[in-house]
Amino acid sequence: MSCEKLETKLLGYVDGRISDAALYEVEAHLGACAACRERVAGFRAVRGLLDELPGIEASPAFDAGLRQRLAAESSRNWFAWLVPVPRLALALSFLLIAAVWIGSRPAYAPGSEMTPVAQKTEEEFRMIQDLPVLEDYDVLSNFEVLSQLPPARRNKQRDL
Amino acid sequence: MARSDVQLMLGVKAGDDTSFEVLLSRYRSPLVNFLYRMVRDRAAAEDLSQEVFLRVYRARREYAPSAKFTTWLFRIATNLALNAIRDTRHRQLESSLDETPAPGAEDAPPAMDVADRAPGAVERLMIAERAARIRRAVYALSAKQRAAVLLHKYQDLDYDEIARILDCSESALKSLLFRAYETLRAELAPLIGEGK
Repeated sequence: MSCEKLETKLLGYVDGRISDAALYEVEAHLGACAACRERVAGFRAVRGLLDELPGIEASPAFDAGLRQRLAAESSRNWFAWLVPVPRLALALSFLLIAAVWIGSRPAYAPGSEMTPVAQKTEEEFRMIQDLPVLEDYDVLSNFEVLSQLPPARRNKQRDL
Repeated sequence: MARSDVQLMLGVKAGDDTSFEVLLSRYRSPLVNFLYRMVRDRAAAEDLSQEVFLRVYRARREYAPSAKFTTWLFRIATNLALNAIRDTRHRQLESSLDETPAPGAEDAPPAMDVADRAPGAVERLMIAERAARIRRAVYALSAKQRAAVLLHKYQDLDYDEIARILDCSESALKSLLFRAYETLRAELAPLIGEGK
């Protein structure tokens, strides 16, 4: 076995986590290679030095801080069931706004095609507009005012 | 008989907060220490540790015991640590690892005055300096090598589990560890020589 091939087995050897077959191969190589023997000794020493690093304890406020974050998480999520899918909620909002806007618009726009009922209503409205006399009830009490209508209107009045 | 991690996590899934408290007490210290050694800042380590537990709790309803709980837990922790290190990398590059830290910093040797010239104090100072040197050597490793060493040395995890946490093959993990230990062996050679 070459030194390069030993790389993936060496730490397992140092850790004692190696198969019997691999152990035999590694020990055979170490018997013949001073550099790898030095490497193994160095790795064991490094593991010993890492043992010297002291650990730390979590601060007394750690658990309280975590509970606070958990509580904040829960309160943020109380309404989450209303909006399980934010994009769906956004699409529904647009639909609602569009429906309200369409509902608030007039039934027709000037110059657009009208229904027969709307057309009759429009004609009657124009007739009423052409009869300013109807705006003044005092005038109505005096039928003489009908003679003041323009000739075309007077004929229409006879038809009525 | 103590409940297993899987049993506890299934308890959390079922709404048992006591199970979560047990997991918290079991893994609070290992997580805080792992993250402290990764990011070298106590406050950041605690913040990240809380975030790990928060994410575990958040995912409780979808939890399925498809992998070891420690693999899942330390995978979250490692990803958070690697992100934190990447985000603060510019600050790390600005501070030189060769400078003597200011008094009061994590790696600073304790200040000595006249009253401290007793043998006990000198010994304590040497121990503190050795620890600071070891800590700096670990921190000088790449983030991924550092995570591999810390998981291997302090969490005593199997190679395949560490490989899953770091999202690499087992052979890639062993190569990563080999290079990391070679670097540490070179950096800490003076201390290794002192020990002989």
